[in-house]
Amino acid sequence: MNQTTEDLPELPTSANGEVRVSVRGLWKVFGPAAGPDVGETLEDKTKDQVQDEMDSVLALHDVSFDVHQGETFVVMGLSGSGKSTLVRCLIRLIEPTVGEVVIDGEDILSYTEEELTQARRQKTGMVFQYFGLLPHRTVIDNVAWGLEVQGVPRDDRRERAAELLRIVGLDGWEDYRPAALSGGMQQRVGLARALACDPEILLMDEPFSALDPLIRRDMQNELMRLQEQMHKTIIFITHDLAEATKIGSRIAIMRDGAIVQIGTPEEIMANPADDYVADFTRDVRTSSVVTVGYVMERCGVLLKPTTTSRDALAQLESDGVDAAFVVAEDGAYRGEICREEARNAAANGNGTIEHAVSRRCEPVLASQCLEDALSKAWPYEGKVPVVDDEERLVGMVERDVLAEAVFSEEREEDGA
Amino acid sequence: MAVTTRLKERTDEIREATRSGLGAPPRAVIGLAGFVAFFIVMVVVWGPRTEFPLDWSRGISRQINEGVETITVVWGPAFDLVSDAVLRFLLLIETAFLWTPWPVVVVGVAIIAWITVGWKFSVFGALALLTTGLFGLWDSAMETMALIVVSVFLSIVVGIPFGVLAARSNTFDALLKPLLDGMQTMPSFVYLVPVVMFFGIGNVPAVFATIIYAAPPTIRFTSLGIREVSPQVVEAARSFGTTPRQLLLKVQLPMALPTIMAGINQTTMMALAMMVIASLVGAGGLGEEVQRALSRARPGEALLGGLGIVFLAIIIDRITQAWAKSRQEALRM
Repeated sequence: MNQTTEDLPELPTSANGEVRVSVRGLWKVFGPAAGPDVGETLEDKTKDQVQDEMDSVLALHDVSFDVHQGETFVVMGLSGSGKSTLVRCLIRLIEPTVGEVVIDGEDILSYTEEELTQARRQKTGMVFQYFGLLPHRTVIDNVAWGLEVQGVPRDDRRERAAELLRIVGLDGWEDYRPAALSGGMQQRVGLARALACDPEILLMDEPFSALDPLIRRDMQNELMRLQEQMHKTIIFITHDLAEATKIGSRIAIMRDGAIVQIGTPEEIMANPADDYVADFTRDVRTSSVVTVGYVMERCGVLLKPTTTSRDALAQLESDGVDAAFVVAEDGAYRGEICREEARNAAANGNGTIEHAVSRRCEPVLASQCLEDALSKAWPYEGKVPVVDDEERLVGMVERDVLAEAVFSEEREEDGA
Repeated sequence: MAVTTRLKERTDEIREATRSGLGAPPRAVIGLAGFVAFFIVMVVVWGPRTEFPLDWSRGISRQINEGVETITVVWGPAFDLVSDAVLRFLLLIETAFLWTPWPVVVVGVAIIAWITVGWKFSVFGALALLTTGLFGLWDSAMETMALIVVSVFLSIVVGIPFGVLAARSNTFDALLKPLLDGMQTMPSFVYLVPVVMFFGIGNVPAVFATIIYAAPPTIRFTSLGIREVSPQVVEAARSFGTTPRQLLLKVQLPMALPTIMAGINQTTMMALAMMVIASLVGAGGLGEEVQRALSRARPGEALLGGLGIVFLAIIIDRITQAWAKSRQEALRM
């Protein structure tokens, strides 16, 4: 009556779900070197070479990636790395030199002006670093802008805009001009405007970079809260890896117009592809990004509450372990039992172990970051059970592993 | 000690670098020396003379004269049509101004001035208009107002589209700029001649001459205003599927409006300044009063007519500027 955990659940790597946006071999060159054959002529050149030898700016260097339905895909890089050009190329606010941008199966680079306008109206909504609000219009008319250009009647579009202002917490500000609002509020207007047409894809170009740190954190949380309800496909540009790891399902790191690494926040923190990426990760505490699910181990022996105490004791002894976790049929975590408890239970008659099970240690969540998990698991020595969001046991982690991960980092920081 | 030594070295380095930058003798020296040498040689060899070997003036002038005459004949009917339309428009406005009882005009202007500028200026405006009336210039002032309204209106109708085109195309802008410079700096008498040939004598050619002189600021400021619209705002608007037409009408022109208003204000001022000159081709109104006083050597009448123009200018200027300013403030981010 025992079982071991099956293979560890798949690490939260690439989001699954259908591909919404697929970028293939995208190049953007400003200057005389631009042409349909840049893929060949510039393939082996660096940004500096193109600058010096050809008097051109290589903004995007053969960029390819897929973004899946419902994920928040973060593009991260320093200024000049091409990330803002990239997001503009996706809806041709800047025309790419060559490549493909496939949105829902259609290459928008082959679109006519008319089709492009329709795609911008229906498929995407964009939020800008400097808000880009229309200063001569009221807040509500700014939010209604996308609907207005589509020809939605005034009353309908204002109703929808008012609804979105409520969602972003700006009801009561409808008739003010943007200039009367603080930066954070203006960006809420920007967000509401992007959402007004209910686009499936949200493009966000450093939306929170111009805001104060506290406001920025609020806005990040707000976006994550909204995203939980909306399940939009978000492409988010930032220069801040902390922001990227906080909100991103996956992160693409750009340098000199090329993508140097794509991966989940954990993958990037754990295995930076090169020194450039590693340099970024130094500013972010690994233990605040990497989740328990990434470091947990399998549980070994698992017992069921219906196991008899003698079987349980025999199992523990034959496996040479002191204690084992107990899970219900559906995998729900019940607690653990040690040899002594099993022996005592067996001495009281060979019933099931159901009542001998104790919850010495509250389980931690696989989706928690190491820091948070450690603060929860701190009082318990030894193995800490790891459960998923539905309280099912998915693995375990040694408390000392958590402690080591968190404290070694602090020592490093102190040393530096 | 070491620092002072280094400082000295560095100072010397900088001085050296600066000196090597000016290594060759300055251009001014070369140019001046060369010119003096050339002057001496020419005086000795060529002697003091001013005549040119060739004279192209007659040929060119004759060509232009013939060209303008041909246009007058060939396009005559078209000119008549345009002239007729402008005349009707002008008469309509003029009749409206002259038909309205003067107290209504005075009170109306005072109220507008009160709303846009303030009560002090409102009092000044009313007094200025009353003074004009007491000078015996009421009808002339109203005729001038009609000329200004029509000229400025047509300047706007023509100017804004040109300004929009100039904002959109750098080539068009580059071609238009010298033309606008020419319109503003060319002595007015030069284009009065063909204007008279095309449209005859009277208020209509006066309107056209005024447009030529006064329209450039509206064109320039429209172009400037549109180019000044924040590219971030334009980009954001475009990202939502805005068509070029929607962009122009709902984003660029509204945001450029304060700047365009400043251009229209200048156009109005220049049109007023043109009134005296326009009276040379038969324009009526205050300009005619001044011109008649000039030809009869009557400084008194000239001054009264001139003051009438000044009063109109101040009233229009202050009101339009105050309005443009309030718009500008409404737009400030």
